[in-house]
Amino acid sequence: MISFKSVGKRYGGFEALKHVSFSIKKGEMVFVAGHSGAGKSTLLKLLAAIERPTSGSIHLGDQDIGRLKQSAIPYLRRKLGLVFQDHKLLYNRTVFENVALPLQISSFDPRESASRIRAALDKVGLLGREKSRPVELSGGEQQRLCIARAIVNRPSILIADEPTGNLDSEYSEVIMDMFRSFNQVGVTLLISTHDEAMLEKLKPRIITLHQGELAS
Amino acid sequence: MMAWLSINFHVLIATLKKLAKAPFSSFFSICVIGLALSLPTGTYVLLENLESVARTFASPPQISLFMAKDASHVDVSEIEKRLKRDPSVDHFRFVSKEEALKRFQQDSEFSDVAANLATNPLPDAFVVLAKQSRDLESMSGTMKGWPKVEHVQLDSDWVRKLDSFLNLGRTAAVILAAVLGAALVFITFNTIRLQILTQKDEIEVAKLIGATNTFIRRPFLYLGALQGLAGGAAAWLIVAAGLYFLNGGILELARLYSTKFALANLDMRESLLLFLFSACLGWLGAWLSVTRHLWQIDSV
Repeated sequence: MISFKSVGKRYGGFEALKHVSFSIKKGEMVFVAGHSGAGKSTLLKLLAAIERPTSGSIHLGDQDIGRLKQSAIPYLRRKLGLVFQDHKLLYNRTVFENVALPLQISSFDPRESASRIRAALDKVGLLGREKSRPVELSGGEQQRLCIARAIVNRPSILIADEPTGNLDSEYSEVIMDMFRSFNQVGVTLLISTHDEAMLEKLKPRIITLHQGELAS
Repeated sequence: MMAWLSINFHVLIATLKKLAKAPFSSFFSICVIGLALSLPTGTYVLLENLESVARTFASPPQISLFMAKDASHVDVSEIEKRLKRDPSVDHFRFVSKEEALKRFQQDSEFSDVAANLATNPLPDAFVVLAKQSRDLESMSGTMKGWPKVEHVQLDSDWVRKLDSFLNLGRTAAVILAAVLGAALVFITFNTIRLQILTQKDEIEVAKLIGATNTFIRRPFLYLGALQGLAGGAAAWLIVAAGLYFLNGGILELARLYSTKFALANLDMRESLLLFLFSACLGWLGAWLSVTRHLWQIDSV
């Protein structure tokens, strides 16, 4: 479903990724591990076409993401659920409105969207907080809100960049349980983390990066 | 189609709410646009009024051609031939000295004078109508050189002068409209740019989760167009208020001259054109502003 072929990414003189090749099958849950600066975020950004590769090719299905036209990128991103390390929530909108945004963007029928939004909030345990503003939420709740926004469109692929980065282990586990339940209903997940304790416990498939290269 | 309409309707409502939420800054931008547009609009209205006044006094593009007293029938028919050949002549009428005298006698004011005349002092004459008023000057010049023509009189000299003055005024109004229309685009460009800066995060997030540029542009285009429209309405009100006060003085003046006259505002069609024009320019300013911002994001 997802395949990287000898992908490289250079920022000026700095090589963030070097000859990275791997592929992920539909329905897999894969972790990208490595230290800070190893290239984990870059790898995820390339998949969502937030960055373009300097060399190599990235395919999602039969789409060549590196060569996607600017005007086609929005439609690629609608197929993906993106969870950001810094949440990227809108602080002047309510929890409900934040989750509504992807549906508005894809011109989803407004009459049906309310139930979709509540379902997504229910899955992340924020159903009672619809009218709150993101600032009123704790860090873990904000991360869950970001996840609710990522899944409200029911994407087949979920990409999460350090979703448990700033959370204590208890919260991390709640979020990992959520991801596992998405995986059980067939969602493909690509999650970056540097939380080795968790990887130890879950024993998932891991792609390890070391200074921009795949470590075997 | 329904979905598209519903999206646009929602954006329109959201934009109106946004304008209402910041009443002062919206009000000031609208006033600036209104003032800028009122200048060419006001000029146009005044010119229209001047023209309608001129039209009530205007005579057709007419030349009176008087023959010499000793002109014979042959001379008269020679002139008649020349007039028939002249391509700039629309039509003409011959007024014989007998006919002129008869009319002179019928005119009550001069009937006493006419009755005492021993001989007919009036010459034969032609009343010539030109096809276009701008040809009058050259036509009268040629006619003066014709044989046995005593005098050529341009009847509508001052009307043509007024006409060319009005044309000058119209050109000035168009230049004003162009310059201040550009100002409207720049004003909108800047207010929308400020609006974009306050919504930078929203734009970034929306793009990250799959918003097209059309989706991001839409609310700003509505904002620009609505602001332009409101500015056009403000200009209309400013001009209407100006006319109201001017008309106070003019009515007084018209009464002294025992005529009825008042300045008229833009008619329905012209008002709608003004609103359309200002809305389109606002839309354009907003489009330039958002497109520039999106271009900056996309080129990173």
